[in-house]
Amino acid sequence: MNPAPEIATATAAADGMLPEVWRVDRVRRETHDTFTLELGPERPGSERAFEPGQFNMLYVFGVGEVPISISGDPRRRDRVVHTTRAVGRVTNVMSGLKTGGRIGLRGPYGTPWPVAAAQGRDVVLVAGGIGLAPLRPALYAILHRRNDFRNVVLLYGTRSPGDILFRQELERWRARFDLDVHVTVDRGAPSWKGNVGVVTTLVQKAPFDPRNAVAFICGPEVMIRFTAAELQRRGVPLDDVHISMERNMKCGIGLCGHCQLAGVFVCRDGPVFPYSRVADLVTQWEV
Amino acid sequence: MARPEIFFPAVSWIRLGGLMPGPGAIAPRPAALAAALLAQADLERLIQLLARDHRVIAPVVRDGAVVCDEIRTAGEIAFGAVTEQAPARYRMTMPGDHAARWPTGPPATPWKRVLHPSELTIWRAVRRDGRLVFEPIDSGPPRRLALVGVRPCDLAAIGRLDAPLRDGPWPDAAYAARRRGMFVLAVQCTEPCGTCFCASMGTGPDAGPGADLVLTELDGAGPARSLLEARTTAGAAMVVALGAAEAPEDAADEAHLAVDRARARMGRALDTSQLPARLLAHFEHPRWETVAKKCLTCGNCTFACPTCFCTTVEDRLDLAGETAARLRRWDTCFSVDFSYMHGGSVRLSPRSRYRQWLTHKLATWHEQFGTSGCVGCGRCITWCPVGIDITLEAAAVADTAPRTGPTRRTGAHP
Ligand SMILES: Cc1cc2nc3c(=O)[nH]c(=O)nc-3n(C[C@H](O)[C@H](O)[C@H](O)COP(=O)(O)OP(=O)(O)OC[C@H]3O[C@@H](n4cnc5c(N)ncnc54)[C@H](O)[C@@H]3O)c2cc1C
Ligand code: SF4
Ligand code: FES
Repeated sequence: MNPAPEIATATAAADGMLPEVWRVDRVRRETHDTFTLELGPERPGSERAFEPGQFNMLYVFGVGEVPISISGDPRRRDRVVHTTRAVGRVTNVMSGLKTGGRIGLRGPYGTPWPVAAAQGRDVVLVAGGIGLAPLRPALYAILHRRNDFRNVVLLYGTRSPGDILFRQELERWRARFDLDVHVTVDRGAPSWKGNVGVVTTLVQKAPFDPRNAVAFICGPEVMIRFTAAELQRRGVPLDDVHISMERNMKCGIGLCGHCQLAGVFVCRDGPVFPYSRVADLVTQWEV
Repeated sequence: MARPEIFFPAVSWIRLGGLMPGPGAIAPRPAALAAALLAQADLERLIQLLARDHRVIAPVVRDGAVVCDEIRTAGEIAFGAVTEQAPARYRMTMPGDHAARWPTGPPATPWKRVLHPSELTIWRAVRRDGRLVFEPIDSGPPRRLALVGVRPCDLAAIGRLDAPLRDGPWPDAAYAARRRGMFVLAVQCTEPCGTCFCASMGTGPDAGPGADLVLTELDGAGPARSLLEARTTAGAAMVVALGAAEAPEDAADEAHLAVDRARARMGRALDTSQLPARLLAHFEHPRWETVAKKCLTCGNCTFACPTCFCTTVEDRLDLAGETAARLRRWDTCFSVDFSYMHGGSVRLSPRSRYRQWLTHKLATWHEQFGTSGCVGCGRCITWCPVGIDITLEAAAVADTAPRTGPTRRTGAHP
């Protein structure tokens, strides 16, 4: 009706949509299309705690804002680490950010991986592709208090050997005797001596007790569905399977409506859900 | 499994005791703190009193339709307008015998336009010399709003919008600011329109909670008279300030009767008993496909809907590329982009998009906010260019006996 957009009458303190300025302290190229940003707050005192599995809304000047999970160590409060795959408008421009650059950040938002609930049990982390990034903080938290957990297993699948994230760290983890790390690729390469096949094929052999295990899955939705089915086949109750979901998100705080999945706001009620709560929704088409 | 299992997400933050009773529930008639008999001249004084410290918004006539807009005098109100509303049909006339009466039915534009503008700049980002600054847009305390002439369905709709936009852990700053200290004069309905079904939704034709003043037009010969009842202290103060004639004992009963008669003359009806469960049991009903063949996925229903709140954001860069205005716009779940994720949209087929809208309004809203998302105003029926009727679609799906379970994708679980 009126062509000139109205102006909001909000106060900064109350506005959950207003980002804060963060500084890019370090950029690391992980793979041909994936990069890690280490961010520090421009305004001292803006440091914030987060829990594994939570995400931030990252704003790139003039382009837009996207939800990206935190991939760093939850004990480090002085910085926030994000690992992102460049797939489109915002993430492509984000991948061009340099040390000293600036980014907008809101968060952390969303539900965490239930790390505490896994204490005294076996923990199975299953990651597909970029899905390793949102799981890494959970693994850090578990390794930090390794004795509180029984077997800890990481199953990780990528499309090709060139897509493997955090390679050096994976090597270090694999060398540990208190951690089982299994990596597989969909398509091998001449130099690849490891597993070939989708990550779900690793589930049956993995060393954990299905009746006393908690599983965290992060990856494409189809991979989540198949992995959960495999875990269920091994006897893991679906209540003990937790997944991280993705949906289009424009606000991250329950206001824009984009992330709705039936009665669920993925941004606010998730992104981490017990699979038993969403299984019926994600196995139907176009919910 | 016969139907998608629905669970209740963490709703503890929802402010309990919110505005609205559940659908179908007939709210007990709230007690009036004060009551007066209002003549047309009193109304002008009321508007002037409100205008002292409010931006007064009321139904007015623009381009052959009744819409909500700012007024300065009572004379601007669309008195005498009669709207004929039917699927894909809206006609406004000014029959002489209706002269002093409030426009019938809900205005063409929903009141959310005022509380939740269709376009809004929410902040600006300035990039200069490698630095980035976010500027909140703060034009100081806004002038309080007074909404005058709000129909009961629309009064309920404001309560429905409060749940997602004001009462959650992160209130929408612009909405909350407009909502703060808002004054509402509701007008109960004695003449429903052809697309009205508030009686089914439990939101009308009598006004539920949320209004400071409730007005009911009284019939009878002679000059137009209305009963004005105060429901809040702010409303009572207004009645006192007006100094209008005290309402006779029987005025309340007369008003009640007139509104009750309207209840029996609703244009449409919808059986809301167990409606969420009955709808969600039929996620794969063939009717979704039938309606999708008609639906243009234009999203008109979502823009006309008084409770649809979805938005998207985009950056508008200035020519120098130094300042980006963050623009928030209404969005619609009928667009393919709405559910886009890298690799494709979640809801690609028109069938799934229509189903998303209808089931959100009538079913999953309950799970999210404890009420229906539909208030029965009928705008989506009136403003749908192909005349799709939510009451018919919902009934066609929900009135079917439970059938076999939904089709599952690969990776499904037994
Ligand atoms: C809770 C959550 C956590 C995420 N964590 C990570 C992470 O740690 N690392 C990572 O690389 N990616 C992550 N993603 C996915 C990431 O948000 C998308 O890849 C990104 O939004 C793509 O934006 P684009 O503009 O570059 O792509 P385009 O394809 O140009 O997308 C256009 C717009 O669509 C929306 N969109 C597109 N894809 C997605 C998507 N997958 N999820 C949500 N919105 C999308 C965004 O609004 C985006 O701006 C996460 C998504 C969610 C919901
Ligand atoms: S739906 Fe009910 S409250 Fe709304 S205008 Fe029609 S009769 Fe009035
Ligand atoms: S992302 Fe906006 S409501 Fe969830």
